Amino acid sequence: MRITVIKLWCTVLALGLLPGMPALLNADDSLLPVIPEAQHRVSEAQGCVEPVEKMRKDHMEYILHQRDETMYEGIRTRQHSLVECINCHVSDAPDAARYGSTEHFCSSCHKYASVQIDCFQCHADRPVKTSRHNSLAPGTMRLHGKSVVEKDDLLNDKLQATAAGGTVHE
Amino acid sequence: MTNSRQLQPGALSMSNKSSFDSYRRRFLGGVASTVAGMGVAPGVVLHSVGHAKPAGDAVTGDVRWGMLIDTNKCAAGCDDCVKACDDEHGLTGFDRPETDAQWIRKVTLKDKQTGHTQTLPLLCQHCEKPPCVDVCPTGASFRREDGIVLVDKHICIGCRYCMMACPYKARSFVHETLQDQKPFAPRGKGTVESCTFCVHRVDNDRTPACVEACTAENHNAMVFGDMNDPDSELSRQLKKYNSRQIRADLELNTGVRYRGI
Repeated sequence: MRITVIKLWCTVLALGLLPGMPALLNADDSLLPVIPEAQHRVSEAQGCVEPVEKMRKDHMEYILHQRDETMYEGIRTRQHSLVECINCHVSDAPDAARYGSTEHFCSSCHKYASVQIDCFQCHADRPVKTSRHNSLAPGTMRLHGKSVVEKDDLLNDKLQATAAGGTVHE
Repeated sequence: MTNSRQLQPGALSMSNKSSFDSYRRRFLGGVASTVAGMGVAPGVVLHSVGHAKPAGDAVTGDVRWGMLIDTNKCAAGCDDCVKACDDEHGLTGFDRPETDAQWIRKVTLKDKQTGHTQTLPLLCQHCEKPPCVDVCPTGASFRREDGIVLVDKHICIGCRYCMMACPYKARSFVHETLQDQKPFAPRGKGTVESCTFCVHRVDNDRTPACVEACTAENHNAMVFGDMNDPDSELSRQLKKYNSRQIRADLELNTGVRYRGI
């Protein structure tokens, strides 16, 4: 008898909650992380350096792979470089969010997923675009005795700027 | 620092591989075609070609980066190289000279007998047989193919054994939580670090910051280059002038050589 009453009450409760369910789902949506927009798209067709679905799942593999290649072999391509992730995904405004904040691109998701990353204990969490590191100006290594040409789009732009009479400042 | 008179002579027999290696030959070909296809304005001559490697290529043992420091040109009281290094890598101090990071420092040598003093910058000597790499228990200390000695901070456990092993006292330990590191110089608490020969610059065919600063001040006491390339300015000067390794008796075959000590 008592069990029947409990069942009855459960049914009533469930029915009573049904109209409120969409609202609950909406509430869940609002809990999803707000992911900051990237600064620019790689191409018209593709947003990130790899398809977005792939990046969501495998970005750590790309970064890890690049990390070892860069450190041990000096391979400094930009496609999977953490520095370039930050350059594109984090604002260079002076008050841009740091990695501790959910407004930081990386942290927005990692906080949501409760995944703690320690990349930014060492790595820069914001772009330093004014840095001379980003310059690939040719011929700066003059003590090596020779200036240098590199197959790099940025560099070609600079070469042409120099050839047109402009000077390239770092 | 040892007195200069205690330094051992000799060990100048660098085993320079002077052959014009296949990598550079291949690269010359590549560059020739690049220049041809680039459409640079007339009248602009592009000289080819030093050690530039395409960004996607791995470094090879065909290159050995090295440095020659002329202590006669190193001005007493000048620390431009140190400042440039600090600025380049974001090395900020905590007003604790005993433990603050120091990748390059000025050392003063004094001959006790004659009273003659001279100064020189001392940095990681990028040894061919680095003791720091020998003793590292995790493999974090390593020597890149092109002779640059680095720390893989991802696997450094901060034991500081390498600091004990280094005869040049070239390494520092990060004691503090850091912020605002430079993008190309990641540094973090609990890891050991040292001069990287500005590896991020070198990979882009640029000169280390200290050398650039010294040259900019017209002191020209530092020359950086490829010891394996007989045509490099470094090799030319090493061939022409007498130079020494500090603690040559340890037979580490250092990448940094000194003149005038």
